[in-house]
Amino acid sequence: MNTVLSRANSLFAFSLSVMAALTFGCFITTAFKDRSVPVRLHVSRIMLKNVEDFTGPRERSDLGFITFDVTADLENIFDWNVKQLFLYLSAEYSTKNNALNQVVLWDKIVLRGDNPKLLLKDMKTKYFFFDDGNGLKGNRNVTLTLSWNVVPNAGILPLVTGSGHVSVPFPDTYEITKSY
Amino acid sequence: MIVSSALMIWKGLMVITGSESPIVVVLSGSMEPAFHRGDLLFLTNRVEDPIRVGEIVVFRIEGREIPIVHRVLKIHEKQNGHIKFLTKGDNNAVDDRGLYKQGQHWLEKKDVVGRARGTDTVDSVIPPANSGTVELRNCVPIKKFVPYIGIVTILMNDYPKFKYAVLFLLGLFVLVHRE
Repeated sequence: MNTVLSRANSLFAFSLSVMAALTFGCFITTAFKDRSVPVRLHVSRIMLKNVEDFTGPRERSDLGFITFDVTADLENIFDWNVKQLFLYLSAEYSTKNNALNQVVLWDKIVLRGDNPKLLLKDMKTKYFFFDDGNGLKGNRNVTLTLSWNVVPNAGILPLVTGSGHVSVPFPDTYEITKSY
Repeated sequence: MIVSSALMIWKGLMVITGSESPIVVVLSGSMEPAFHRGDLLFLTNRVEDPIRVGEIVVFRIEGREIPIVHRVLKIHEKQNGHIKFLTKGDNNAVDDRGLYKQGQHWLEKKDVVGRARGTDTVDSVIPPANSGTVELRNCVPIKKFVPYIGIVTILMNDYPKFKYAVLFLLGLFVLVHRE
């Protein structure tokens, strides 16, 4: 320990170990927290059309339109290790063509520091709700859930589903005249 | 001694996670603000884990070498387990169909290289690059979990002369060090 270089070297090695320990501490103190909160979802309007899927494979597919409300208080999820929450509203249903379909209809990023109380009314979907085929027509059981991906400063990236979901039936006929 | 134990840890990680590159560095900004350039991602690739929306997957497009880390937006799974899915970067305005191969509309299980399970944030001093894809490079496996090693990997990728300088200095150090 008698040259600048060896002192700099041990200082560097020590600070690296300290940072590693801090990172691990950050991770382990929040690793087992329950990140779920109750969510209230409500669907006010559903409409169904059948058009060529212009977002991808150009086949005639069912296109759903949903207007929804979301209420949730995310305050208890945030702590020193949560950088942001990636919220997404997904529709899950099953059709003749596919045993399981999941479509993300809307998403939102809530950063630490943003208003954690979610109170959204009459929201339109962000993404087109195209089915792979014509499975939405007359589908009695399309379940909407709000989930979130917890993004920490250091640690695991869990996907958490809010408790509270809503199942909606889709109409038996296509809407030809009304626009959304 | 150090090199062989580092190699053992790296190979052990590869076996445990089932992924060919268990720790990767985020190279671009298309998943901001979740992942910035310089952040470390820890991946697993357990084939039994079903792919569901909201998950962050690492996939490779046929014919392209660079893996992309984006979020799953849509899945359609058949009774027999065959699944096709669509992805999108959080910071991108549109889904990834523009990135896929010509005529390809969906990704399949075979395109997946890993699933992002954990992250280690780094405050990067590198200015943001063009958004578009999140490109990954293997992290130099000297120490895992250590902040700032991500920056070194990015510097080595952006300025190849720096990479040669680091390798040269490392080689010199190994030769000169007397212990």
